[in-house]
Amino acid sequence: MGETLIRLRDDAASTAPVVPFADLGDHSNARAVRLMPGDDARALRPLLEQLDLVEVAFPAYTDGRGYSAARILREYGYTGELRAVGDVLVDQISHYHRCGFDAFAPVQPITRAAVDKAIATWPAVYQRTVDGRTPIWALRHG
Amino acid sequence: MYLYDTHDQAMVDARVTEFTDQVARRLAGTLTEEQFRPLRLKNGLYLQLHAYMLRVAIPYGTLNARQMHMLGDIADRYDRGYAHFTTRQNIQYNWIKLDQSPALLADLATVGMHAIQTSGNCIRNTTADHFAGAAADEIADPRPYAELLRQWSTFHPEFDYLPRKFKVAIIGSDIDRAAMKLHDIGIQVVNDPAGQIALRVYVGGGMGRTPMIAPVIREFLPPLQMISYLEAALRVYNRYGRRDNKYKARIKILVHEIGADEYRRQVEEEFAHILTLGLEPPPAEFARIAAQFADPAFDPAAPDAIDLSDPDFAVWVAQNVHAHKAPGYAIVTISLKPVGGIPGDASADQIRLMAAIAQEHSFDELRVTHAQNIVLPHVKKADLYAIWQQLDAAGLATANLDLIGDIIACPGLDYCSLANARSIPLAQKISERFADGDRQRNLRELKLKISGCINACGHHHAGHIGILGVDRKGVENYQLLLGGCEGADTSIGTITGPGFSEDGVVDAIERATNVYLDRREGDERFVDTFRRVGMAPFKDAIYG
Amino acid sequence: MSAERIKILTGNDLFSGDVTWWTGHDWSRHVDHAVPLGDDAAAIVAREEAAQRVVSAYVIDATHDGTSVRPAHIKDRVRALGPTVRLDLSLHPDDPQAAAQIV
Repeated sequence: MGETLIRLRDDAASTAPVVPFADLGDHSNARAVRLMPGDDARALRPLLEQLDLVEVAFPAYTDGRGYSAARILREYGYTGELRAVGDVLVDQISHYHRCGFDAFAPVQPITRAAVDKAIATWPAVYQRTVDGRTPIWALRHG
Repeated sequence: MYLYDTHDQAMVDARVTEFTDQVARRLAGTLTEEQFRPLRLKNGLYLQLHAYMLRVAIPYGTLNARQMHMLGDIADRYDRGYAHFTTRQNIQYNWIKLDQSPALLADLATVGMHAIQTSGNCIRNTTADHFAGAAADEIADPRPYAELLRQWSTFHPEFDYLPRKFKVAIIGSDIDRAAMKLHDIGIQVVNDPAGQIALRVYVGGGMGRTPMIAPVIREFLPPLQMISYLEAALRVYNRYGRRDNKYKARIKILVHEIGADEYRRQVEEEFAHILTLGLEPPPAEFARIAAQFADPAFDPAAPDAIDLSDPDFAVWVAQNVHAHKAPGYAIVTISLKPVGGIPGDASADQIRLMAAIAQEHSFDELRVTHAQNIVLPHVKKADLYAIWQQLDAAGLATANLDLIGDIIACPGLDYCSLANARSIPLAQKISERFADGDRQRNLRELKLKISGCINACGHHHAGHIGILGVDRKGVENYQLLLGGCEGADTSIGTITGPGFSEDGVVDAIERATNVYLDRREGDERFVDTFRRVGMAPFKDAIYG
Repeated sequence: MSAERIKILTGNDLFSGDVTWWTGHDWSRHVDHAVPLGDDAAAIVAREEAAQRVVSAYVIDATHDGTSVRPAHIKDRVRALGPTVRLDLSLHPDDPQAAAQIV
C-alpha cells in the first residue's frame, strides 16, 4: 500500500506550520522550515536547535541540490526530522538516506517495504557521510 | 594494476542486481521511460540512432587480458562482433538489446567490470595518462589516485544529480598525455617546493559549445587531502552550478562566471569545513592501492637491442614504439586506425588477440588511450618483432601513431543521435588521401580530430587540425579549425572561415598541410608553424 | 511520379532498440512501410508508448513517391538505413548504393 509520508523516526511528526525559507525573517520562532533547491541550508545554522522539521523540496528529482542541503544540515549537528518532499522516487531513496534524510513525502506513493529495500541496496559504502555507515576504506583498515 | 577485493566486487554485484530490477520494472511498465532514462544512463545505456548503445567503463584506461578477452566475447555474445574504443578510454557497444543488458552487466561483473556512471549527470570515468607506470618522464604513477577517485565517486550519494556530467583526468608527468586541462577537474601529480609529492588541481576546463582551459585552483594540495578537497569542489558545483540552461551547466561556466578567485575562495571555505569531518581515507588505504601499481618484475637482463632489418617492422618501431623507463623494455601503441578504417573500432577477434598478446608479452596489462588506440605498456624489446608480426596479420600494425592518419573521430551521425554530420566517412577519406606512409611521416606529428557535433566528443577543439560537423539546412557541412593542442601547451583551435562539403574539407586540409610544408622551419610540427605564422597564410591557401 | 509530402511516425522498439516506423496498425523496421499520419499522431504515440510497443516516438516530415518513403531529415534517413560505414550491418547489406541515398 503506497504512502505519501514515510518517516524513519520514532518520535511524532511535527505539527508546527512549515515556514518557507524565504519567509523566515517574519517567523523567527519557526519550528519547521521548507527549503527550495536554491535556498542556502547554511543560513539555518543558528536555528538548528529550535527546528523539529526541515523539509527539502525536490520539484524535479534530477535537481540534486537538496542532497547537499541535507548533508550540510547533518554536518552542522541537526538532529531533527529531515524530510525529502516532492518528486521522490524509490530509486533515489538510498542516496537520500545516506545524505541524512529520515523522512520522505513523495508525490507518487511509495511503500514502506520499497523504502526499506532501497536503503538495503548497498552491502557497503565507499564514502563516509552523515548516515553513520562505515565506509569500505575503514572496513579494510579497522 | 588494481584488482577488486570482496568489497569492490560486492558493490558491482549489487549494482547489477539493482539494474536488473530497474530493467524488469521498465519492461513490465511500472517505470515510465521518463523515470527509467536517467537510471539507465547511470549504467551507460543510451538509446542511440539505431539501437541501445552501452558504454562500459575502463577505469583510467587500464585493464588486464582477462577483462579484454571478456570485452571481445561480449561483442560476439551481445553485439554484432565489434566494439568502439572511445576518447575517454572507455569502450562502447552499439547494438545492445535492453532485455539482455542485465545479463551483459552480470558477465562484466565476473571480471570486475561495469558500466557504472559512464553517462548521466554524475562523476564519470576518471581518465589518466596511458603511459602511466611505464614512461621515464613520470614523477609518480597517477593511477593510485585515480583508483581512490573511482571508489570515492562511485555511488556518491550527494553528487549523483549534478547540473551536468563531470569529467576528471589525472596525470603524473609534466608531459600531459591526457588533455588534463580540458576537463572539469584536472589533476597533476607534482613535486612541491619542498620536494614532496603534491597535487595541482585545475578546475573548469572543457570542450563542447564553449571550450575553456582550466585555471589552477589549488597549486599544491597534500595528496592525503585529495578526497576532502574534491568533496568541497563538487559541493560548490552541485549547489551553484547553473541548472537553468543545459548548455551552461558545466562547471567551466560557473568558474568563468564567478571567476576562478571566487570559486577558489568558496572551495577553500567548504574544504576547511570538510576537513573536520574525517572523510579522508587513511594513508594505509592509499598504500594498499599503490602497492597494486608497483612495477612488474622487469627482467634486468632483457636485451636492449632491436633487430631492425625488416624495413616494415623498422618503420613501425620508429613510429609506434616509445621508450620505457626500464632498460630492455618498450611501450607499444597498437593503432586502431588502419588506412580507410573506422577510428577506434576493433573486431571481437582483434580484441581477443590484443588480450592474448598482452597476457604473454605485457605483464598481462593493456591501456586504452583517449586517441582511441591500445597500449601494451611493458614489452620486452626482444619480443617486439614477434608481436608486430601478429598485429600485422590482424590489421593492427598501422605505423601512424600521432601522424595525420591517426585520426580521432567520434561515431558521428552514423551512430549517434546527437550528431549533425557524419564523421567516420570523412575520417576514411582523409585517411585515404594521406595513406602514403612517407607522406605522413614527412608531415610529422599532426593530430587531426573530428567531431560530428558541438558536443565535441572527438575533441576537435584540441586538434592541430580540428573538424566540426554541422547541419547546414539539412546538408552535412564541416568547419575547419587549426592550432588546437592538448598537451602542456594546451590551446583551443581557431576556425579558418566558412565551412566545406565533405570532399571540400579534405581538399582544404591538404592545402593547409602544403602551407605547413612550405613554411616550416627546423623541426617544427604543423601546430608550431601555425603558431608562428598565424592563420593568414593558411586562410589564403584554403580559400584561394 | 512526383513525391508527396507526408508526415510519418518513427521511434525505437523498447526491447531491441530497433528503429521502427508506424505502418497504421503496427511498427515495422522498414521505412517504406510507413504511412501518412492524420490528426491522431499524439494519440497513437500515447497509446503505443503506454502499451510498451515503442519508445521515444516522434513525428517527422517525409516524401512518398508511391513505392518508397524518404524522411526529410538526413538523421532519419540514416536511421532508416543503418550505419553508412557498415552497410553489412544495415538493412540493405547488398546494395552498395544505399549510403549514397542518405545525402
